[in-house]
Amino acid sequence: MPNTFRSTTTRTAPAGHTTERLAIEATDLVKTYATGRGKSPVQALDGLSLTVRQGEVFGLLGPNGAGKSTTVKILSTLAPADSGAAVVAGHDVARHPDAVRRAIGLISQKSSSAPMMTGRESIILAARVHGMSRHEARTRAGELLDRFGLTDAADRLTKTYSGGMLRKLDVAVGLVARPTVLFLDEPTTGLDPEARAQMWEEIDHLASVEQLSVLLTTHYLDEADHLADRLAIVDHGHIVAEGTPDALKSELRGDSVVVEVADQAAGAIAAQRLSSLDALDDITHEGRAIRARTHSAAGTIPVVLATLEQAGVEVASATVSRPSLDDVYLHFAGHAFEGADR
Amino acid sequence: MTALVSHSALLTRRSLTVLVRQPAYLLITLIQPMIWLLLFGQLFSKVVDIPGFASDGQSFMAFLTPGVVMMTALFSAAWAGTTFIEDMSLGVMDRMLASPVRRGALVNGTVIYQGIVSVAQTVVVLVVAYAAGARFGSPGLGIVLTVAAAVLLTVVFAALSNALALLTRQQETLIGVSQLLALPLTFLSSAIMDPRLMPDWIQTVARYNPLDWAVLVSREALSATPDWGVIAWRGGALVVLAVVMSWLATKAFGAYQKSV
Repeated sequence: MPNTFRSTTTRTAPAGHTTERLAIEATDLVKTYATGRGKSPVQALDGLSLTVRQGEVFGLLGPNGAGKSTTVKILSTLAPADSGAAVVAGHDVARHPDAVRRAIGLISQKSSSAPMMTGRESIILAARVHGMSRHEARTRAGELLDRFGLTDAADRLTKTYSGGMLRKLDVAVGLVARPTVLFLDEPTTGLDPEARAQMWEEIDHLASVEQLSVLLTTHYLDEADHLADRLAIVDHGHIVAEGTPDALKSELRGDSVVVEVADQAAGAIAAQRLSSLDALDDITHEGRAIRARTHSAAGTIPVVLATLEQAGVEVASATVSRPSLDDVYLHFAGHAFEGADR
Repeated sequence: MTALVSHSALLTRRSLTVLVRQPAYLLITLIQPMIWLLLFGQLFSKVVDIPGFASDGQSFMAFLTPGVVMMTALFSAAWAGTTFIEDMSLGVMDRMLASPVRRGALVNGTVIYQGIVSVAQTVVVLVVAYAAGARFGSPGLGIVLTVAAAVLLTVVFAALSNALALLTRQQETLIGVSQLLALPLTFLSSAIMDPRLMPDWIQTVARYNPLDWAVLVSREALSATPDWGVIAWRGGALVVLAVVMSWLATKAFGAYQKSV
């Protein structure tokens, strides 16, 4: 009866992805919330699809209300989707939620420590819920407290912890059963700069050293830029752009070039000369400054300088800068990130 | 199944740990039933003189004891849902639900905890009643069945309170509903008044009041000549209702998860 054994091993493998195992695969997720009698329901997710590869940090970037937290809730089995499918750590979230729960850690937006329990008790409780023995749970709690620098505070009630300490405890609790997929829902919201830097370091470590797959949601552009291997921009419940932060930025029409010349008269001449160059587009000039966009960042500056030298224009400065994620967001979402919260 | 049992035990212990860390609250929990017993005992001590009240020269304190036990159980249990509301607002609930913890264990944890509190409160009422002069016909069996009825009543209302907490997710609604239920259910029963002296309509309502069932089980079991028919029927109804309510509370997680 060797067939019986073989058939069970392929049970949870998602169709069509036998070559590369994905940490998360979500397809066409739709979720609508009722908002009360007489009010129209809110469409939180409108056909959202994403894939997270094993061992990568995937950032979900968007303003409040874009659908980031709803995505996390569905993928972590907290809430059912109206339609669509999701496979997390090899298990279907709707059909085998318990298998998913055993494989994931969730660090939700709100700090989730019971204030009248100690840090150690919180970790031990989580460990025991995952089926560890009393002894295993104590050992694991000791390890995690030590790793997150909470040993001194371990036996104090968590209501005495600072915001940064609570966040560390949340991560420790999330890691208790050695998950393969970790959900971090706005992990640094409300943290002071120092605690934020520590959290970034920790997330980097989790992905690079421990090979965890991380789905991170954030509404900080710099955070997504710094932490995510790949990221997706969410707007109105679906993904409007996806790629590495650098790829997304280079999808914009090139880098921006700013040249400053010595005086206003030279500015007009410079703008006129530069407009004949193939490397530059969208040339505008205002006073001493000429702005343009370019496709090939590296080769542009020497050409610009040579052209202006030939024309006898004295150049004060010339800079090329990569577009920021702000530009990317504006480009793909069609509106500026600032004030996009709804 | 073993996971359900161990998770229930873990969560019960969590609630008990938190209770013990709040000594003021613990003290109030134990003193409140004493106040009800002594206050009502004094206030209504003359009702036993009304012709037709109770029987065999029983003191009002002895008559009142089962009533205060059950009233206390109901009042405590109606608050059980506040643990869920707190857990929801703290984010503890979401983390629990995304972990392998059994849904049934979450309900069991708070319900068993309330049951333990209710046993402690029942013991306090019985001790104070004895100290205040109440004597019972069959104390041994009576006390066992009184505790059992108090625990069953606690399960019924703690589970209901949990279900309401999961469905409304609002502390205010939960407080409102428990206020709306607790006192009327107490007065629409034989907790402090002999049913034979009540208006007909209240007697009728009392027949369908779980608090009255628990009071009757306890009062009959404590009396010198228990009416086993009353104990069996009312006790059985409590068991059935406790099972139904626990099932409903577990089901309410589905509704909660749809709305988060």
